[in-house]
Amino acid sequence: MSGFLSSSIARKFAMALSALFLIIFLIIHLTVNLTSVFSEDVFNQLSHFMGTNPLIQFGLQPVLIIGVIFHFVMGFVLEIRNKGARDVKYVNFKGAANSTWMSRNMIYSGLAILAFLVIHFIDFWLPEMNYKYIEGLPADATRYYEELQHKFVPIWRVAAYSVAFVLLALHLLHGFQSAFQSMGFNNKYSSFVKALGKWYSIIIPAGFIFVTLYHHFNH
Amino acid sequence: MTTFNSKVPKGPIKDKWTEYKNHIDLVNPANKRNIDIIVVGTGLAGGSAAASLAELGYNVKAFCYQDSPRRAHSIAAQGGINASKNYMGDGDSDYRLFYDTVKGGDYRSREANVYRLAEVSGNIIDQCVAQGVPFARDYGGLLDNRSFGGVLVSRTFYAKGQTGQQLLLGCYSAMNRQIARGKIEMFNRHEMLDVVKVDGKARGIIARDLITGEIERHSAHAVVIATGGYGNVYFLSTNAMGSNATAAWKIHKKGAYFANPCFTQIHPTCIPRSGDYQSKLTLMSESLRNDGRIWVPARLEDAKAIQQGKLKPTEIAEENRDYYLERRYPAFGNLVPRDVASRAAKERCDAGYGVNATGEAVYLDFAAAFQRYGKEQAKIHGIKNPSKEEIIKLGQGIIEEKYGNLFQMYEKIIAENPYETPMMIYPATHYTMGGVWVDYNLMTTVPGLYCIGEANFSDHGANRLGASALMQGLADGYFVLPYTIGDYLSDDIRTGEISTESPEFEAAEKEVKDKIEFFINNEGTHSVDYYHKKLGLVMWNKVGMARNEKHLKEAIKEIQDIREDFWKNVKVTGKNEEFNQELEKAGRVADFLELGELFAKDALNRNESCGGHFREEYVTEDGEALRDDKNYAYVAAWEYTGKPSEAILHKEELEFKDIELKTRSYK
Amino acid sequence: MNLTLKIWRQKDSKTKGQMVEYKVTDISEHMSFLEMMDVLNEQLVAKNEEPVAFDHDCREGICGMCSLHINGEAHGPDRGITTCQLHMRMFHDGETITIEPWRAKAFPVIKDLVVDRTAFERIQQAGGYISVNTSGNTQDANGIPISKHDADKAMDAAACIGCGACVASCKNSSAMLFVGAKVSQFALLPQGKVEATERVLNMVKQMDEEGFGNCTNTGACEVECPKGISLENIARMNREYLSASMKG
Repeated sequence: MSGFLSSSIARKFAMALSALFLIIFLIIHLTVNLTSVFSEDVFNQLSHFMGTNPLIQFGLQPVLIIGVIFHFVMGFVLEIRNKGARDVKYVNFKGAANSTWMSRNMIYSGLAILAFLVIHFIDFWLPEMNYKYIEGLPADATRYYEELQHKFVPIWRVAAYSVAFVLLALHLLHGFQSAFQSMGFNNKYSSFVKALGKWYSIIIPAGFIFVTLYHHFNH
Repeated sequence: MTTFNSKVPKGPIKDKWTEYKNHIDLVNPANKRNIDIIVVGTGLAGGSAAASLAELGYNVKAFCYQDSPRRAHSIAAQGGINASKNYMGDGDSDYRLFYDTVKGGDYRSREANVYRLAEVSGNIIDQCVAQGVPFARDYGGLLDNRSFGGVLVSRTFYAKGQTGQQLLLGCYSAMNRQIARGKIEMFNRHEMLDVVKVDGKARGIIARDLITGEIERHSAHAVVIATGGYGNVYFLSTNAMGSNATAAWKIHKKGAYFANPCFTQIHPTCIPRSGDYQSKLTLMSESLRNDGRIWVPARLEDAKAIQQGKLKPTEIAEENRDYYLERRYPAFGNLVPRDVASRAAKERCDAGYGVNATGEAVYLDFAAAFQRYGKEQAKIHGIKNPSKEEIIKLGQGIIEEKYGNLFQMYEKIIAENPYETPMMIYPATHYTMGGVWVDYNLMTTVPGLYCIGEANFSDHGANRLGASALMQGLADGYFVLPYTIGDYLSDDIRTGEISTESPEFEAAEKEVKDKIEFFINNEGTHSVDYYHKKLGLVMWNKVGMARNEKHLKEAIKEIQDIREDFWKNVKVTGKNEEFNQELEKAGRVADFLELGELFAKDALNRNESCGGHFREEYVTEDGEALRDDKNYAYVAAWEYTGKPSEAILHKEELEFKDIELKTRSYK
Repeated sequence: MNLTLKIWRQKDSKTKGQMVEYKVTDISEHMSFLEMMDVLNEQLVAKNEEPVAFDHDCREGICGMCSLHINGEAHGPDRGITTCQLHMRMFHDGETITIEPWRAKAFPVIKDLVVDRTAFERIQQAGGYISVNTSGNTQDANGIPISKHDADKAMDAAACIGCGACVASCKNSSAMLFVGAKVSQFALLPQGKVEATERVLNMVKQMDEEGFGNCTNTGACEVECPKGISLENIARMNREYLSASMKG
């Protein structure tokens, strides 16, 4: 990585930008998911739109994938560099005395989310790609809800998803306000951002868990 | 080649410096590139000198024993820096600053130097602000001032309670600019162990790399010593642990006269000692005396009860308190000069009125200030009929804004909340007015060897006023030395690089190495600190705040004995070729053991009381210091001849043409 | 009090070090931590052993020289202080105390508990100054009014003593609080604006070259900082850097 992205602050900034992008994506994703609880039709329509609109499929989807990959790769790069910045470890290091568990373990919550994403892709995205572009099956605007319900029958999947969302919450609890700080946002509105971040970090993952549980118990 | 002439320019005092600058020889920019200057010490004096000389184009080599120039002990100065800007419009002027400084120094400083100091004081503030020093400002965005002891105007500029730190960081930033340009070569963690003279002129130094132990030779066309004072001769002082007199003492042994060593300032507001393990004393800024009132119990039985922990200060009624400074000195009250305040505290404690377990502490009380500020704030905020608690709370807020960091520091050390109970303070060794003798050019009696800042003797006489040390350090480094040194170096433009391969460097290096070898190989029994503490005790008890002939004579003998024992039985662990803090200390204490004796000898010689030097035999009827202008209006400059006891006294008579010699009165 | 000390001993930068156990007895709770170390060293010298090397100088919390990692925290368990201001009343009788040097690749150990922090100096040399010569005829100090708010903020940033506790307590050994404070001090003042772009770019470049880690906003530095330097300064540096990058 040369030029702008070789500097520590630019990398922080890039991490923050991709994070904010993913934060916004999560809102959209949850909104779509939540419709499944209220209306099978709306959910199917929305899903069909998302799955077939060329702008979303060939414009936003690649951007999202790149965003996710960038966020992860940069996260790893920074973690490796940061680990390397302390060649001899402390015998006694009391991180808990001055920082939160979430802030010190972003790499682990991140890795868990990555593992979840792999499962999630296998569960939904790969079959979708297979259906549309490999098998080339005819478009069916009514299949989404059923597929969703079907996925959440096995309890192990529900459990895995729920654990992943808890880790997502922990990741966000630090990540949300951290992204703002990285972008240089620290002023009298920061306490508002922190509060907003806290609510967001709890509500969004809770929403996902709710949808998961809902479909597990209501099929 | 030794010269002993103050070289003060002729003419009226107001014009001396300007005239001097108009007529000195200059070095042209192309030639400056070929001239090297060594600066030892990087506090306010050394740092500002190094930066300014490098800006001018000289090649500067700067040395400090710390890991960075910015850690020099100037950083610990809290209260502020004086300048005769008259921003407050309260009648200040260069003359008044000059007058206050000479008077505050009890008429033992050189008029011409002090006037010059006052003259450039304004420039210092301009310079520092331009560098980005964040001085305190008022709501209009202009600089704020406060007042300090011994003066009747507000002329002290400050940056919270960290003025020294901010000025030093300013200085260091100026140095950094030159280090980045390659004009200053910085030697951190290096200690100068001797000066090298070639043909009578200072031409270099021998330094030890404190990490590797390597002994290095460094040459230059001139050497500047800016290594601060020798307060650590008392072991316990407000100086940093590493503050030492080695550079100053080594140049003294090579021909630089040492002036007025007995003029040492005992600062009145320090945190009292708590036990034998104590390694240093912590200063509480004098600025606290602006708002704090100093008192002890008026009744001896109350004092006893307090000492035994049976009574609390807040339980003593107003009429049973003795605000002894306000009582004795109504005009200046709590803001009398430091020497007066310190002696008054000692007098009360000696009489049994001390207020901690050791009986060596007095109160510094802010309760009245809480009231005063609280009422003012209530008015400003339009609070009608405020309750007592409200007033105190508002007042505490103002005090916190002004001195918050000092209050916090006090609480951390003593574990008592000074917002609730009065602070305890006691005098401690702080600053040394005496030092290496220099002429008007700041040159010592060795040609090419300069001495600036606290390390020299020139500006403060027998007592220094608060917020004047920072002023002097920066004046010397920024605005005086860069001119005067050029005048000397103009003769050196054809000299070329000074070789370090001369017999003189050889000899100086050998001497240094031999001494180190002695320390390492001496199979002694006592640690270096053991001797340092012993010396400190003698100095404090017999050459401290009050001195007399008998004690001084005893002290000289005792110091000689300690020194003799030191050279037989000192133990230094480890070896030279490594980072060895015991070895560093050994060399420093060896020098203190000689300096201490000269100090006592000087105190014995000066049969008068003036400023920080108080001889019990010479007092007025009401116990104030009694100066003897007829016989002692001179600078005692001592020449080293092999032993401190055999030092030869040279007198520089002080002339007071612009100020009338008067008895100092703060009543 | 009687205490067990586990102290990092390392002969020099090239030799490997290890923790060594010592006992000290009769420690007064009024002692400062470094005075307790003095007691230990007196004991060691008496036994002809090498005393423990540690950095210290002013012993009043302002020079920034002292630098011990005590019981897993920079400057020990108390807040808002340096090691020299830490008092033994913070510990209890019989306690085992671990004492380690600052740990960071950019702060190599010189001996025992002494580390080389000159990386900080090089960062400041890269731009931590305002280019003004000593002349005696700069603008009158009151010629540049500065709002009290900005002056106070600049002072808060300038209060940094450069001890390195931020690096030591950061899990990433990041120096951003230090550099942020240095950048902020000048960025907040009109005098510093002229060179602001170059300054932040150069200082950050030097910081990266020294091998410090990257900030992940854990906030540990702010908690452990003896002078209470705020994270706000890192945010300000980030802003300054990003806008400078766009200009530069």
